[in-house]
Amino acid sequence: MAAKSIISRPVYGTLSPQAGKHHLFVADAEGALAIIGMAKNAPAGFFDGAEIVFIPGPDGKHVGSLEALKPAQFHLAPSFASLLPRLKQTLTNAHMGLRLYLSGTEGLIGQAMQVALEAGIDHTSMQTEHRGSLARRMQCVHCKGITENVTTQPATCAHCGLLLLVRDHYSRRLAAFQGVCINAEDRSEIPPMEEIFR
Amino acid sequence: MSTGTTKLDVVVSDVVPVNDLVTRFHFRRRDRELLPTFSGGAHVVVEMRDGERTRLNPYSLMGSPLDTREYTISVRRDDVGRGGSLFMHRSVKPGLEMVISYPVNLFSLDLRARKHLMLAGGIGITPFMAQTSQLAGSGGNFELHYTSRTASLGTYADLLQQRYDRRVRLYHDDLDERIELDRLLSSQPLGTHLYVCGPAGMINWVRDRAAALGWPAETVHFEHFAAPQPGAPFDVTLAVTGKTIRVGSQQSLLEAIEAAGVDPPYLCRGGVCGQCETNVVSHDGKFIHNDHWLSEEDHRSACKIMPCVSRFEGKSLVLER
Amino acid sequence: MGITFRKETFRDDFTFRNSPEHIRRFPFPFHEDSYMYAVNIEPHVVGPKGSVLENLIDVDEHYVAEMQDRALVLAEDPLRCQSLPHMTLAGWDLLELLMEQQALGYPEHFTLTRDGDRWRWINRPLGIDDTFTFGDTSTLPYGPMEYITRQSQGDFCILDQRDGNLWMDAGMVTTQADWSLDFDIGMNFFEWHAPVPLAHEKGIFIRALKFLTNIQQGKPARRLNWTMTINPRLDTSPENYHKWGPDRTTVTPENVGDKVHLRVELQSFWRLPRSNGIVFPIRCYLIKMDELVTQPKWARRLHRVIRDLPEELATYKGLTRYRPTLVEWLLKLDDGSPTSPGFGPDSVF
Repeated sequence: MAAKSIISRPVYGTLSPQAGKHHLFVADAEGALAIIGMAKNAPAGFFDGAEIVFIPGPDGKHVGSLEALKPAQFHLAPSFASLLPRLKQTLTNAHMGLRLYLSGTEGLIGQAMQVALEAGIDHTSMQTEHRGSLARRMQCVHCKGITENVTTQPATCAHCGLLLLVRDHYSRRLAAFQGVCINAEDRSEIPPMEEIFR
Repeated sequence: MSTGTTKLDVVVSDVVPVNDLVTRFHFRRRDRELLPTFSGGAHVVVEMRDGERTRLNPYSLMGSPLDTREYTISVRRDDVGRGGSLFMHRSVKPGLEMVISYPVNLFSLDLRARKHLMLAGGIGITPFMAQTSQLAGSGGNFELHYTSRTASLGTYADLLQQRYDRRVRLYHDDLDERIELDRLLSSQPLGTHLYVCGPAGMINWVRDRAAALGWPAETVHFEHFAAPQPGAPFDVTLAVTGKTIRVGSQQSLLEAIEAAGVDPPYLCRGGVCGQCETNVVSHDGKFIHNDHWLSEEDHRSACKIMPCVSRFEGKSLVLER
Repeated sequence: MGITFRKETFRDDFTFRNSPEHIRRFPFPFHEDSYMYAVNIEPHVVGPKGSVLENLIDVDEHYVAEMQDRALVLAEDPLRCQSLPHMTLAGWDLLELLMEQQALGYPEHFTLTRDGDRWRWINRPLGIDDTFTFGDTSTLPYGPMEYITRQSQGDFCILDQRDGNLWMDAGMVTTQADWSLDFDIGMNFFEWHAPVPLAHEKGIFIRALKFLTNIQQGKPARRLNWTMTINPRLDTSPENYHKWGPDRTTVTPENVGDKVHLRVELQSFWRLPRSNGIVFPIRCYLIKMDELVTQPKWARRLHRVIRDLPEELATYKGLTRYRPTLVEWLLKLDDGSPTSPGFGPDSVF
């Protein structure tokens, strides 16, 4: 995590079991470890009312460990885009008392939170835990295009090609950090590109 | 900001007994202009000039926010209180000129809600009268569950059922009718907000069950103005202004401070808004805290008091006023 | 009588100018010879005749040109005006406030007639005469917020109040000092102020929020903020930063007086009655250095303020590149003599 940042930079916690009737987990890759860690503190029968939706990482790990928690429902998805229809449907039919737990990469947490916000869940009531890559989703403030998996500072916009300073300023609504042209005043100034969001 | 809110000069345009305990009061502006627009859940502070004594009590506005020709409040008679409601019932007649505050809303609807679930107990129905009018006017989705001791004390229950039909459910204590709270709370669609107004016991019960059933705190809204409680008289020194005052048994500390010519800011006079928060310089005795504003830590450390509702018993009290 | 509206531009050939009367009424933001953040909030009450505070919603000689510039910005980028779904009621609140205030302050230019919820609005400078049903969005060509803010100078942010915080859930923002409504919409008070340096550490925003959440109906408040802009450009958005950013490299000792502008925001805060939200109008006033230094006190004071500004603030306000050139130019107008207290020029209204 960046040591000194600004207030709009999301702060992630550690998943903890909440009071509620139903528990929905959305995780990717190493986010599984956050669920497994939390399970140690969960009351007996907690996972009887739980659904876990998991996007495994490239190594395919953790699927067995999650299944071993015996959630009422377990679903594997190859990508966030592929689980989106299911997630939306679940939230549309859900009742108050559903608690949401998001763990894994910032991109996954941000995008799942975006869907949940639209479904009427307040962001402060969601549990989040960051695990794995620090790669960022970035919105170019100029052309509005989103660039996924940004690891460098500055970064090139995948849409308009401007060289962007990746700020810590973050929008929950867009699930993205802000990218602003780094050499707008003098395009001949080209700062070195460093790999810093890993 | 100076003390309280802007004031409105009004005249009592009607006084209507509603049932054995509740009377409704109508106010119009003395200059015949429209009153300020307000939002459902807002209250006004009514100044009651009773001989030498002035009381200021908050009451929810219960008319439709869409009609500002008049404001209406309903006052439940409290025979053992400090006399504010008795004054309203006995001395306030049509034609009386009074002063009220601009409306202030500390119990606002969350307009993001997919649905508004309202739970009222007794006279706690009044803010919902305005909120349901507001929502009905804009096609809002709401459901009201209203508990009263008996059908005859179910103030405005008939009117509400007539207006909103099945969106209103009534429960009567004398018939042993009870809200099936857990079932109700567990069957609400995601994005519902809960509003509760009534006796302290009811509010606590609903808040506890909602939390246990997984309702996030941001979705649970409640309003409980603590009425200032009578108690033994006590003396207070005001350090900043160098005055020593006596708080009478039927008087609140805030009223006593005001009577001495010192005007702390206030909005709700019910221990909710935090405006009149006052630092304690020194004390020898015990505080009777009745507010919903200060933290438990503040209460324990005896560093602050809310003079609108809280009292003191003991040898000496010095406040930073 | 009434205002004579100027024909002028805020882009391309930049023909914007202030008339001599408007120079004298400029809301100069420094009451002493240095500047640091403070919670400088005060009641928004009517001020002296001839000042920008003569009316609580100020309309001036730039009105028509500013509204034309806004229309151009919106045609290019409709995301500058957004309202989350729960904010429509607050939009009607704002429409009422702006129509009432403009009609009250400038009856020769604006007329509002109300017959129950049947309203007629006449805006003579823009040639508008519309009759509509208050509360019924289908009777207006735009949503209520967009409709009225296309006819009102300044940016407008509408804040929803809940959970002890303020949430920027709607706005019309086309004359901003480098922040993006599209990015910040939905954020709370602390989040959208996150990029501001120094002020968080000083606890400024905590105190400001406490004050703002207690703003009462009928008791608006205000504060001044400032920055500097090269060329009289209203639309200094981050969206177009790559287009206006290069202007900052064009400042030379010869063109400082014409190119460098002090940009002052008169921010006011109003409780909205139906929605219980807060509207935050940000009214932008521009003045070029040549105009500003016609008041010797302002010239001396601005020199000292810019010279002594902490580095973080200079960076945040984007002055770094041209600050030395500006300070050198202003130095020639500062004989070191004292300045009188207060904001006004030495020759008072």
